[in-house]
Amino acid sequence: MATSVRGILNSCKLFANLHRQRACHPKIFARNASFTYLPDTPLQEHGETSRMNLFQSVNSAMDVALGNDPTAVIFGEDVAFGGVFRCTIGLKDKYGADRVFNSPLSEQGIVAFGIGLAVAGATAIAEIQFADYIYPAFDQITNEAAKFRYRTGDLFNCGALTIRTPCGAVGHGALYHSQSPEAFFSHIPGIKVVMPRGPIQAKGLLLSCIREGDPCIFFEPKILYRAAIEEVPVGDYQIPIGKAEIVLEGNDVTMVGYGTQVHVLREVATMAQEKLNVSCEVIDLRTLLPYDLDTILKSVIKTGRLIVTHEAPQTMGYSAEIATAVQEECFLNLEAPIQRVCGYDTPFAHVFEPFYMPDKWRLFEAVKKVVNF
Amino acid sequence: MFTRKLSRISKFLPSAAYRNGVGSRKLHIASVLYAPQSGRYEEKPEFPGSKSKFIHNLKFLNPDENEGIPVYRVMNRKGEILTESEDPKLDKDTVIKMYHDMTLLNTMDKILYESQRQGRISFYMTNFGEEGTHIGSAAALSPHDMVFGQYREAGVLMWRGFTLDQFMDQCYGNCNDHGQGKQMPVHYGSKELNFVTISSTLATQMPQASGAAYALKRSGKDRCVMCYFGEGAASEGDAHAAFNFAATLECPIIFFCRNNGYAISTPTKDQYRGDGIASRGAGYGMMTVRVDGNDVFATYNATKAARDICVKECRPVLIEAMTYRLGHHSTSDDSSAYRSVDEAAYWDKQDTPIARLRHFMLAKGWWNEEMEREWKAESKQMVMETFAKSEARKKPNPELLFTEVYKNMEWHIQKQQDAMKKHVMNYKEHYPLDNFEKWEQ
Ligand SMILES: Cc1ncc(C[n+]2csc(CCOP(=O)(O)OP(=O)(O)O)c2C)c(N)n1
Ligand SMILES: [Mg+2]
Repeated sequence: MATSVRGILNSCKLFANLHRQRACHPKIFARNASFTYLPDTPLQEHGETSRMNLFQSVNSAMDVALGNDPTAVIFGEDVAFGGVFRCTIGLKDKYGADRVFNSPLSEQGIVAFGIGLAVAGATAIAEIQFADYIYPAFDQITNEAAKFRYRTGDLFNCGALTIRTPCGAVGHGALYHSQSPEAFFSHIPGIKVVMPRGPIQAKGLLLSCIREGDPCIFFEPKILYRAAIEEVPVGDYQIPIGKAEIVLEGNDVTMVGYGTQVHVLREVATMAQEKLNVSCEVIDLRTLLPYDLDTILKSVIKTGRLIVTHEAPQTMGYSAEIATAVQEECFLNLEAPIQRVCGYDTPFAHVFEPFYMPDKWRLFEAVKKVVNF
Repeated sequence: MFTRKLSRISKFLPSAAYRNGVGSRKLHIASVLYAPQSGRYEEKPEFPGSKSKFIHNLKFLNPDENEGIPVYRVMNRKGEILTESEDPKLDKDTVIKMYHDMTLLNTMDKILYESQRQGRISFYMTNFGEEGTHIGSAAALSPHDMVFGQYREAGVLMWRGFTLDQFMDQCYGNCNDHGQGKQMPVHYGSKELNFVTISSTLATQMPQASGAAYALKRSGKDRCVMCYFGEGAASEGDAHAAFNFAATLECPIIFFCRNNGYAISTPTKDQYRGDGIASRGAGYGMMTVRVDGNDVFATYNATKAARDICVKECRPVLIEAMTYRLGHHSTSDDSSAYRSVDEAAYWDKQDTPIARLRHFMLAKGWWNEEMEREWKAESKQMVMETFAKSEARKKPNPELLFTEVYKNMEWHIQKQQDAMKKHVMNYKEHYPLDNFEKWEQ
């Protein structure tokens, strides 16, 4: 070989360091910065904080879980060395290789192993490396985890199972490193589905999922792993499952989203205020199943207009449920048809990502549409 | 082809002395066996699906008692042929083509790897250290054999004639990429070259490959399927399905495992506890061989023989090629986080397929220092020139986002395509239209 491996590896290391500071290489990151991250402020009552990005806050949540619960274990592909997104870094050294370990490469195996652990009284935190690769485990999730309590007359349950998995667009993930499959799982009675918008939320929500009496799927928007940085409480705290949060109050249009889209919505709200003099209320759903319909209804009764957004394809998507439930409950309050601003009904295409995304311009257009109806 | 069926069944019958009949029905009929030690006549097990005898002392099968499955090699690390009769005796041109392809792949990998680091392409996976498995196996196949790959088999395509332009246009996802920029880099495919387009999802291609092999068998042509996969992917449920379907349905398929020691960071000791992947072959009733994947001739011989078995006898064969992944898993990975740089350096120094073949060629007088220098310069030049051309090409027309979801565009997708165009035209300045080919107004 002309260049020795040492040479290759060294140059890679150099690049890897560069890489770390930027989250993505510059060209791609620039193209992808379709949102501006607005950090949340931690609640005083949650105590001392430290600067963390999303993967660090997820790590911190699992650190707390392992520290408090001696039955808790973490496993999945490449988890032992810290995981491909660094979420489990340091945990094997701190808690031992019997508690933080690599699994063989099998998603159905990972979820089923987790169900078994939970049924036998352990706390199982399973990582699926990418949400795009969760489908081999679909049977175990939908037929097993979701129905364990129901079919055994509550003799057995796997409530102590949490499945964590990174999802969503990153600018260059293409078909199999970009998907947001939350709607499939939100269609399964017996599973709880959560997606945080940032580090503070992620830690509190993940700890709730881990301690929840029902099996949970925790989707982590992977673009936020490094791009989202906040002052995160270092101790133990929880954020309740099943409760949405109004992240921005407004009077004219209700905009509902979750995960990365919440940041896009915040920006759209600012644009709408500045350019259209329209006041938008932004709701972060946080839990997708069971979802907080009350908070949405109260808002829509006030504003009379609703926009729902997600990265996943529109048809039969998550937003269809929200739109239906809202028109069932407050048809007469609506001033305009409910708008869905979603991914298109195509696979997630590599170079076309900027055109695929439900970005701030598409959302801005939807705001114009509902106020001018 | 189908005559094999009978001859295979006869293998499962007790040997002639104990046979009380012929024909497959007898498989399920108890045969009586004389046991000389006890002087008694004993029954053979009649259970459907077993072909063994009774024992009277409890004994577990302990895999630790077995010696490992041996590794077949033709050349040692110095490129010396170990057993003359095993030399495939390939002609000089073929061997030089092998070397050219292995080194061209290596050069392309270096340049594309660097280009990702500079943000020019979004992602890349190198093949460093595994060139021997690609070229040795590809050279032994017929170009009509169908390939189902994983993602680290670019050399197979190179051997079959995929051009540098095709590689790099795909990595750039530009308007010349057959896949229209839809997939990530290294997800190549070619209909003419019988290479089914790569999918990122691990092991999904394996049972598909078994199905394809069944179709080829029924088509009656002397073709087989070549299915590549990593030792990590072999842990997926799909791998089991693939092996079992191929064996029970007697499919002409070669399962070619590239055992390179790692699945991203996961070393083989966390992946399996048996004797590699080869030890599984017998469990499925498959002919199996383990080869030194850094030995391009051993890989060639094993694949050629496996192909003969597949095509002539219509049964699957498992090849486990032992090699080492010299590079990082991909551009998203930094392998120094889980393995020592010294470990990789050891393999790079002691045993690469390229160096081995070069030693062989030097000893034959088919290659020399000057040819090496010239070829290096020439291949680098070719790669750089192609690279520049691919980089300069525009991305495909954004409308193509919506094509090929279905054979024909369905109404709801048409509606979205129209909406996308209208929206982008209204907000032109916010979309990177300049980088893309223009659409019709
Ligand atoms: C179903 C699925 N799960 C996980 C992944 C993520 N992934 C990509 S490559 C890889 C390791 C594969 O290792 P191996 O099969 O040994 O092939 P190698 O990379 O060593 O060539 C993993 C876990 C994936 N692509 N598909
Ligand atoms: Mg491997």
